[in-house]
Formats: sequence, C-alpha cells, structure tokens
Amino acid sequence: MDFVNALSWVNFRFLLQGLWVTIYVSLISIALSFLIGLLLGTIRYTKTPIISKLVGFIVDVVRNLPLLLIIFFTYFGLPGIGVRVNSLVASIIALVIFESAMISEIVRSGINAVDEGQMEGARSNGMNFVQAMFYVVMPQALLKMIPTLLSQFVSLVKDTSLATIIILPELLYHAQIVYSQNTNYMIPMYLIIAAMYFVVCFCLSMFASYLQRKFDSR
Amino acid sequence: MWELFINNWQTFLIGFANTVFSSILALIGSLVIGSGFAILETVPNKFWRIVAKIYIEIFRNIPLLVIAMIFYLVVPQFLFKVNGFTAGTIGLTLYTSAFIAETVRSGINAVGDGQMEGARSNGMTYWQAMRYVILPQAFRIVIPPLGNQFVNLIKNSSVLAFVAGFDLMYQGDIVASNTFETIPTYIIIGIFYLILTMPLSYYMQHLENK
Repeated sequence: MDFVNALSWVNFRFLLQGLWVTIYVSLISIALSFLIGLLLGTIRYTKTPIISKLVGFIVDVVRNLPLLLIIFFTYFGLPGIGVRVNSLVASIIALVIFESAMISEIVRSGINAVDEGQMEGARSNGMNFVQAMFYVVMPQALLKMIPTLLSQFVSLVKDTSLATIIILPELLYHAQIVYSQNTNYMIPMYLIIAAMYFVVCFCLSMFASYLQRKFDSR
Repeated sequence: MWELFINNWQTFLIGFANTVFSSILALIGSLVIGSGFAILETVPNKFWRIVAKIYIEIFRNIPLLVIAMIFYLVVPQFLFKVNGFTAGTIGLTLYTSAFIAETVRSGINAVGDGQMEGARSNGMTYWQAMRYVILPQAFRIVIPPLGNQFVNLIKNSSVLAFVAGFDLMYQGDIVASNTFETIPTYIIIGIFYLILTMPLSYYMQHLENK
C-alpha cells in the first residue's frame, strides 16, 4: 500500500484518460442504442406480421446472452466476415447491440403503458401512424420510461468495464497497467477507480431517482 | 460445431455446472442479504435506513467486474485466501444483493401503510407485522422483477471468467484457445447460456402479463 506515490500526478492523469475513454464510449453507445432501441421497440409494438416476431426473437436472444459473450462475438467474429475492427469500435458495437435490445424492451413496455385510446384518438383525428406515434404516444411513453432508461444507462456505464478483456484502454485497463508496474499500487488503484465509477454512476442514479420522484408526484 | 462439442463436452459441462452452482449460491446469498437491507431501508430508525442506503448505493454504482477483482486481488492480501470461484461468487452476491434490495423495497412500499398500521393495531410488534403481514405480500408483488434479476445474475456470472472461476465463459476460452475455433465455441457457450436464461425470462414475462 502506497497511496501517496500511487496517486502521483502522472498516474492520476493516466487514470483520468481511462475515465475519459469510459465516458466517451458510454456516451456514443447510449446515443446509438437509444435510437436503435426506440426503433426496435416501436417495430415490436406495431405487431407487423413477420417482422415484429422476428425482431422480438432476436431481441430476446441478445437480451439473454451475457454482454461478455457479445463482446467476444464482435471482436473475434467481425474480422471473420471481413470487417476489421479495433477494440474501440468492437466494444461500441457490442455495447450498442446489447443495450439496444435492453432498451427496446423498456420502450415497448413504455408504449404499452400509454392508454390505447391515445393512439386511437390521434388516428381518428386524421393523423397517420407515424404522426400519432411521434406527436402523441411517444412523448407520453418517454416520460414514463425515463427513470428505467436512466438506470439502464447507469448499467451501460458499468458494463464498459467488461471491454477490458479486448484491451479497450478504459478506466479499469489503465488501472491494471499502473499496478502491473508496481504491485504496491494495486489496492490504491482499485479504491480510486471504484470511487471514480461510483461518482459517475451515482450522479446518474441520483438524477434518475430525482426524475422518478418528480414524475411520481404528478 | 457438433464435433467440437463432442470432443470437448467435459470441459463445457464443467463450466456449465460451475455457472449454475455459482448462480444458485449467489441467488440464495443475495436474496438473504438483499431482503435484509430492504427491510433495514424501511425501518423507522433513521440511522439504519442510512446504513442500508449507503450499502445499496455503493454496490449498485460500482461495476461488478471491479467488485469481483477487489475480492480476487485485494482481499487475499489482508483477510483470507480465496480462489477465483469464491471471489467471483462473493462479488456476484454483493452486487446482486443491492439490486434485490431495491426490488424488495419497492415491493414493501407497494404493500401500503394501512397493512402495517392494521397489523400493529391488532397487537403485533413491528417485526411480527413485517414477517407475517408485509413481507408475504411484498414478495408476491416482486416475483417477476426478482426473476429478471436472477436472469441478470446468470448473465453476470460470466465475470467469473476474469477471476479464473472455471465458469462457462472461462472453460469456453480454454476450448477456443486449444482448438482455434473461436466462433463455433462461443456459439456453443451462447446456447448454454440461453438454455439457462431464455425459459426463465419467458416464464417471468408470462407471470408479468397475468
């Protein structure tokens, strides 16, 4: 244990670089998986004959696999079909595949929670399906699912740590590099990165429960 | 792929058994610990509520991988020797217990204050009311979300691969690096995981719809 030297400015800056990669990968994955999740969730809601069932099945398979396995699939599998990916792209793709499946489930139950009359009312007022979805149903559904969505994003941030295994230079990996040079640094490193993850995720969680309270009180 | 499975079925099966074993141990452990903290979070005493809140927030907001690594690498230096399987399972238990605590607490809150007041005014103590009136109703409400937590737990047990826990993922890595058939191996592992998680999550959806 050697806290003072372990947290020298050089090491700390190195950890912050890792934290930046973690946040950066999380933000891109959150944005992409939210959009794809919205699309998939809506497709499942519409109950289009074959497509909805197919999407539903794929989503269920992806949802029930460990993220670690999906990371392996993208990292080792994509080169097999001729797509060369580095660890950054591979981990973003894996996170997006996994999280958009999770989010589509949240979106679907969010839309289902909106009263059917809303859709019928909008349609009978002359809106087409897309308009009714976009202007009437989706805003209400989004409001309902914001707390669940945010806690899903929290778990996305935590899940980026799994990408250490394909050598994504994120927070955990940088900590491992630091303490592999001096094993006395191991404990300080784990404590500090646990604290860093905690701060990032706790702020998001607090924001989620703040929104939850706000919507519950309505 | 079939040949790959036949040639290595023992390796896969050991991993499957370890994943199942670790998941069940972690489920039992986290149900007990999680329910404990859920009750603690609803007691009238403010001190214990804060203690429970701190525990839950800590384990909910730190990645499972970091928790498992701490138990694998840091704990042996101070407290006791642990092997990868134990370290991973302990990490899994603590991590999941925070989520289960939140789930059970929402169940307890959903039961409604009237139940507690009614039980208390019938002469039960706080703990009797909790044990015989509140908890049975709360657990009935939270069975579907608890099942989803169990599905997550099974999936999360794959972090045992990081700490040499000989689970499905770890054993799969061994097969993949011995045979160089990476993708077929991972497909087999995926099927194993789906055998565990798919029926469970469909059953929980069925319960939710009822």
